[in-house]
Amino acid sequence: MTTLTTYPVLQVENLTMHYTTRKGAVKAVENVSFSLDKGEALGLVGESGCGKTSVALTLLRLLPENAKFLGGHAYFFRDGSDEAHARRAVGKPVKILVDGQGYQGRLLELGRSEIVLEAHMDGRTQPVRLGRDQIARLGVDLTALSDEEMRPIRWKGISMIFQAAMNSLNPVYRVGDQIIEAMQAHMPISVPEARERVAQLFQLVGLDRQLMDRYPHEYSGGMKQRAVIAMALACDPDIIIADEPTTALDVIVQDKILREMRQIQKKLNMSMIYISHDIAVIAEVADKVGVMYAGGLVEFGPSEAIFKSPVHPYTKALMSAFPSIKGEKVKLTALPGEPPDLIKPPSGCRFHPRCPYATEICEREVPQFIEHKPKQYAACWNPLM
Amino acid sequence: MALQVQTKTETLVRVEHLRKLYPVATGVFARARSFIHAVDDVSFDINRGEIFGLIGESGCGKTTTGKLLVRLIDPTSGHIYMRVSSDPSTDSQGEQFVDIATLEGRALKEFRRNVQMIFQDPYESLNPRMTIFDIVSEPLSIHRIGTVYEREERVAELLSLVGLTPPESFLFRYPHELSGGQRQRVAIARAMILNPSFIVADEPTSMLDVSIRTGVMNLMLDLREEFGISYLYITHDLAVARYMCDRIAVMYLGKIVELGPTEEVIQNPLHPYTRALISAVPIPDPTVERQPIEIKGGVSKPIDPAPRCRFYERCPIATDRCAREDHPPLEDKGNGHLVACYEI
Repeated sequence: MTTLTTYPVLQVENLTMHYTTRKGAVKAVENVSFSLDKGEALGLVGESGCGKTSVALTLLRLLPENAKFLGGHAYFFRDGSDEAHARRAVGKPVKILVDGQGYQGRLLELGRSEIVLEAHMDGRTQPVRLGRDQIARLGVDLTALSDEEMRPIRWKGISMIFQAAMNSLNPVYRVGDQIIEAMQAHMPISVPEARERVAQLFQLVGLDRQLMDRYPHEYSGGMKQRAVIAMALACDPDIIIADEPTTALDVIVQDKILREMRQIQKKLNMSMIYISHDIAVIAEVADKVGVMYAGGLVEFGPSEAIFKSPVHPYTKALMSAFPSIKGEKVKLTALPGEPPDLIKPPSGCRFHPRCPYATEICEREVPQFIEHKPKQYAACWNPLM
Repeated sequence: MALQVQTKTETLVRVEHLRKLYPVATGVFARARSFIHAVDDVSFDINRGEIFGLIGESGCGKTTTGKLLVRLIDPTSGHIYMRVSSDPSTDSQGEQFVDIATLEGRALKEFRRNVQMIFQDPYESLNPRMTIFDIVSEPLSIHRIGTVYEREERVAELLSLVGLTPPESFLFRYPHELSGGQRQRVAIARAMILNPSFIVADEPTSMLDVSIRTGVMNLMLDLREEFGISYLYITHDLAVARYMCDRIAVMYLGKIVELGPTEEVIQNPLHPYTRALISAVPIPDPTVERQPIEIKGGVSKPIDPAPRCRFYERCPIATDRCAREDHPPLEDKGNGHLVACYEI
């Protein structure tokens, strides 16, 4: 078995989710596809209501009751030798990476030395046998898991820092105890061991270890945010999803925490999805960028390429609407109109009513999400080249 | 020392040694022994047609200053002089300003007509039970201006001015039917309807999304061009301040630590706090490597601050003098660039 230098930890394919309301279905997530590699930071950027938080909630299966999952896959990868992960995958849609080759299908049988896969290959479905030791990475479709099966993945596989999470600390418990409680719920660990781990985590996020025996009201906003980050790291997750973790904080503290998170993410070689409305923040933390508009991912690719030459007109508009303190002062151009109502989104490309490049086809047909420049994907009929 | 800004332009607002202290609640009967120095000896001028930015982190006193300027609250001490009469023949001598604290009756009403405020949150600042017409025309009815028909015409005119077109389709709708950006445009229309000469805008775009925000910022710039309105523009966002303001003042714990032409302050910050603040602003370009300046700790509360530089504990260049002497005065370092620091 060859060791892979980069390999996926998450592959999302055609994720679609609507919220049922009395006025009709809110088409909140529509055909979203992206991938996240080991050690990589993905920035999901978009305006409020564009579906970026809904994507995260769909992945973690933390949706409210009126949410209706309508299709797509979210393959969460772990090492092929991870027994618990393999057992969880039996009967589920999976993706398997074997020596530079990928298999996709349903895992039928899990033997001691080999597995049987009902694979989709060349347009047909056929059983495939693979040796266990051949399997480099095994990805299981999170959308197919039961709540019971999903539970061990939260915190340990994927953990999430929610927006304004610093207000979610329980005021009547010591901060350290709250983190220990979360750890003990997800892994067998004794209290002294857990305390030691919390002390290490506090050091990692720049908090004094004495603080673990203090209550949340004794913390400042920035300290609370650091504690919440420590909590998200507690079970050593493969992926951290951070949803606007610094928006409530002041400029200087925000900048400090942002840089620290980036350092930790690089140091632990962790994968991260960073959700923000602020493209300047995304420019600083992300290796890859996904731009969302009205429930769909309109552009996805390497951060530098996207900031240098965006393919989708919305990405370009978003960037030219953002003031900066560097460079020449230019008159910003405002986009006409407002983001659409997702109960009755525009036909074809959802951006077409506001798009300066829109042509007749944009109104009629939904553009495919395809590669327009190397590794730069976009859903647009008139891409900017 | 009163602030002397040598400009040929006409001064509209002059703030001198403004202070606002809030008692820290103790008990029902006990007298307050501690005070939060929300605004502490602040002086500045705003010229006619100028956009003056007040920058700072939460709790620095920028909103309190804004409220003082429109007389929503009264200062503990200090003066705010404003040219209430819009007679252009008067020249800019200090004596011809009115201290807004002394205004009463008709003069106060005239002041209220002349000075307006736009609040941060358009979801909170508009009465949900009133139609857009009622909201925008309310100032007219309070000041008994025009007949119903004239008011309707004027409201329609204002709605088109702020980009809510066609105005007829907005007149009889309610705030909940509008988006955040549209609501903020309604708030601007209401502020504009009495032809004010001065508007205090408290973070007017921080609740709005990027693609909407730019439109509202450009609208406010256009209104200044067209009507020569002056703004006090309060924001924590330096990039927004750079885009909007002619001059900015940076506040820290109730004090102005630096004041000057926007571009000058942002490209060449002198005060260690301003330097740290500007170096912490993320740049929307992944190829730029910032060199953030580290400063210790976070913002505390200005409760009974010790008589020394407010930035002393966090300052990387502080000396004994900064602790020994009171907070440094603002000093002109050339071109109207003022800094309050002993070490610059």
